[in-house]
Amino acid sequence: MNNGHIMHSQRPVGIVGYGSYIPMYRITNAEIARVWGHESGPIKEKAVAGLDEDTITIAIEAARNALVRAAIAPEELRAVWVGSESPPYAVKPSATIVAEALGATPYLLAGDMQFACKAGTEALQAALGLVGSGMGDYALAIGADTAQGRPGDELEFTAASGGTALIVGPAEAALAVCRGSLSYVTDTPDFWRRAHEQYPRHGGRFTGEPGYFHHIQAAAEVILEEMGLQAADFAYAVFHQPNVKFPMRAGGRLGFTKQQLAPGMVSNTIGNTYAGAAITGFAATLDVANPGDRILLASFGSGAGSDAFVWEVTEAIKERQSRAPKVADYIRRRAEIDYALYARYRGKLAM
Amino acid sequence: MEHKVAHDWRLRGQRYRLEGEVCEHCGNKIFPPRDICPECHQPAKKPYTLSGRGEVYSFSTLSSAPEGFEAYAPYTVALIKLAEGPMLTAQLTDVAPNEVTIGMPVEMVTRRIRTQGEDGVITYGYKFRPALVAHAQ
Ligand SMILES: [Zn+2]
Repeated sequence: MNNGHIMHSQRPVGIVGYGSYIPMYRITNAEIARVWGHESGPIKEKAVAGLDEDTITIAIEAARNALVRAAIAPEELRAVWVGSESPPYAVKPSATIVAEALGATPYLLAGDMQFACKAGTEALQAALGLVGSGMGDYALAIGADTAQGRPGDELEFTAASGGTALIVGPAEAALAVCRGSLSYVTDTPDFWRRAHEQYPRHGGRFTGEPGYFHHIQAAAEVILEEMGLQAADFAYAVFHQPNVKFPMRAGGRLGFTKQQLAPGMVSNTIGNTYAGAAITGFAATLDVANPGDRILLASFGSGAGSDAFVWEVTEAIKERQSRAPKVADYIRRRAEIDYALYARYRGKLAM
Repeated sequence: MEHKVAHDWRLRGQRYRLEGEVCEHCGNKIFPPRDICPECHQPAKKPYTLSGRGEVYSFSTLSSAPEGFEAYAPYTVALIKLAEGPMLTAQLTDVAPNEVTIGMPVEMVTRRIRTQGEDGVITYGYKFRPALVAHAQ
């Protein structure tokens, strides 16, 4: 049955397990500002991947945490989809390596998704569809990145490393049931990276209002309207967070309070983890959620589009929260590095 | 080089996720897999994935690293006693060499081990880091 623009699966589905990973290294905005002669930056600090970390290793640890929470065998997964804009290989799926490391191979779909910062929720929508149609009982959607900004570019203050994995399964086993989802996509040239280029470019005129705000608000407003819901009906809301200002403003315009956004606002301490950003905020929110809580999740990816989801937390949440490290545990694990070490870790030194 | 890629590929179960064996005769956990139980010398081929939890048994820090590993120097290589019994040698990560102690609780993570130049294959495998949360006993 189809009403309006919301997508409903054939059978009820939800999240049965979730997990995140954030590398331990941090560089402060004050340190980046010092190097480039700026006053300050938009956030406090961002997470930086170590020398032996990349999108695949981030995805593996996040997915292991999700599997522990779901308490299912890895062979039960019928799909592993990795959404990222920083895959280690240009050609060769990250997802096959992740699936092999989890012990999920060989009877599953495995592929990489690409849609800038919404690649993770693109994978999530596909997972809801696969499980919702009955093609499989479990599907793993991951959003992970080791995002890079050109040295001296404003993106360098926030482009960070981290990711989150979500296992979709039948609603009966879910810790959060999906009540509906929606996608809103247009061709908008706000941010891109051409093949063989190391750093992305952004089209100043299209960032902000025509990009982020237009797409998130359109997706969120329509899903709320068509489901007959208002901001006050939600315990929490989570938006894509390239910084702190944007999600606060988008949330405010949609009628959400600071308190509703607070648990999912992780960008001030870890930065913008791109494909991992909105769903890591979602994971941090699930870490503190209670049965009966309703959560709105809306991502944004340049190019551009937004995926919006309405979740309802179940009785299963409480026991599963403590089965694996929480987002706050990874935020606490912190080793500060200076710009020189950061340049070495992120391969910014051309030798 | 081709030979090395094929060798790594065959070892991916043990390298990526500590897939060893369990002896069906005496219950001994075996890593790396060797198809014969070192305790009771019976055939042991049943796959068993180890938990990845253990502690540092001994360690040494390398300040000059072998070819392909130079970027990581200095780093610490440790002999690790896994919770299930087997001992293995592995690189430690996410820890400064002067913070490593004997008996330190560690856990397995899958990380980049080495890359074969700018255009070669990336080898992933196990390393160990200080345990993120206290192990349940
Ligand atoms: Zn035996």
